[in-house]
Amino acid sequence: MTNKMQNEEGRMQNTDSIHPSSFITHPSLLKATFAIVQKDLAAEFRSFELVSAMLVFSLLVIIIFNFALELDVKVRQSVTAGVLWTTFAFAGTLGLNRSMATEKDRGCMDGLLLAPVDRSAIYFGKAISNLAFMLIVEAIVLPVYSVLYNVNLFRLDLIGIILLGSIGYVAVGTLLSAMSVQTRTREVLLPILLFPVAIPVLLAAVKASNGLLTGAEFAEVLIPLNILIVYDVVFIAVAFMVFDFVVEE
Amino acid sequence: MIIVKKLIKRFGLKNILRGLDFSVASGEFVALLGPNGAGKTTFLRILATLSRPSMGYVKVAGHQLPGEAAQVRARLGVVSHMPLLYPDLTAEENLRFYAQMYGIANYQSRISEVLEMVGLENRRKDLVRTFSRGMQQRLAIGRAVIHDPEVMLFDEPYTGLDQDASEMLDEVLRSVAAEGRTVVMTSHDLARAEDLATRFDILSRGVIAASATQKELQNTNLLAFYKQALAD
Repeated sequence: MTNKMQNEEGRMQNTDSIHPSSFITHPSLLKATFAIVQKDLAAEFRSFELVSAMLVFSLLVIIIFNFALELDVKVRQSVTAGVLWTTFAFAGTLGLNRSMATEKDRGCMDGLLLAPVDRSAIYFGKAISNLAFMLIVEAIVLPVYSVLYNVNLFRLDLIGIILLGSIGYVAVGTLLSAMSVQTRTREVLLPILLFPVAIPVLLAAVKASNGLLTGAEFAEVLIPLNILIVYDVVFIAVAFMVFDFVVEE
Repeated sequence: MIIVKKLIKRFGLKNILRGLDFSVASGEFVALLGPNGAGKTTFLRILATLSRPSMGYVKVAGHQLPGEAAQVRARLGVVSHMPLLYPDLTAEENLRFYAQMYGIANYQSRISEVLEMVGLENRRKDLVRTFSRGMQQRLAIGRAVIHDPEVMLFDEPYTGLDQDASEMLDEVLRSVAAEGRTVVMTSHDLARAEDLATRFDILSRGVIAASATQKELQNTNLLAFYKQALAD
């Protein structure tokens, strides 16, 4: 048996030179990431399944808050950050769940895992797509919110904070959705896993946004801003290191 | 082309594969048969680098697993009962995406070649969600061969196909094998396996219980051999 296997091993090494998959190269992390983003955006812009669900949910939430909080202009300004980030967080969870579920339901996650690419490319590709979807929804929600609540949200510094907060939320959310999608209770499990881990980024984002909207001193905004930057860097690095183990059986 | 020695796979306390030995020479078409729960899919997922062996030696296309999984993936094509295709992309876009993921240079001509091979060149611009199950499975084979792999793994490729679609898939499988590829296919369809494969291995209770080549089976039929192997 052993001799037979050694012979076969020798034969196999000979055939390796006969049948090289010569026209393929191992694509770089960047190229593979770009391919996944391109694929996700093309599929989404054709179906609008994910963005439309997130958008309808977000608009409903801010309209409900608008009726629930019968407040004067000053108080409205002070709750704006909280309402906005609550909306973004819940809508983001919808998007994260759906984005990973489309990969899992038809076995496409296996298709991605079978490609000879660094598996971090799958993480970065999915995270960038999820961020794009979240930013599209935020870009529509902000003007609607401005009109309904009579608050000016078109400020570059606020948009910067929203971008940093969204990056952090998506960075950890994409990692956790890759874990939760493998379970039967994925819709329930993702928020349960995600919200405790995302508390630092959500609190820092609310604090920084609130500081900007209420005209607080820059030093007051600087601390949550630093927390946001550190959170983003740490969770992107952690996801880069552990994604391989998360998706492997 | 594939060498497996004393392979063990455990899920928790349960042993799915119990010291499995298996080998496939270059160009062979092996049908891996066995009852439900025998460990066929688990075994194929290990060969496909989608699952890690608990213990044992696995070498595919000259590279040992799990250490050299990336090199193995470049030489491997996998078709399962799920198509691994994106329904909101066209046939061409799906193949283009996988071509990019495999780093294929000048993929446009390769995509046309593959679409022609699976008989879908006229539907290249159509969304995959408009395809029948049979057409999706043919495109799934196109996806799996886009990088011209040396080893092909098929896990129950006939699941959910009607008679016509199964016959079309037979033709595609034959053409895949005719190009000198090494093929391992799990199936419950003994008649089709008998028609296509050059060797038949029966996987039962986590080990290969019996193995016979097409020549060795000339005096008997596959069903009798299969029943005998499971009875032993």
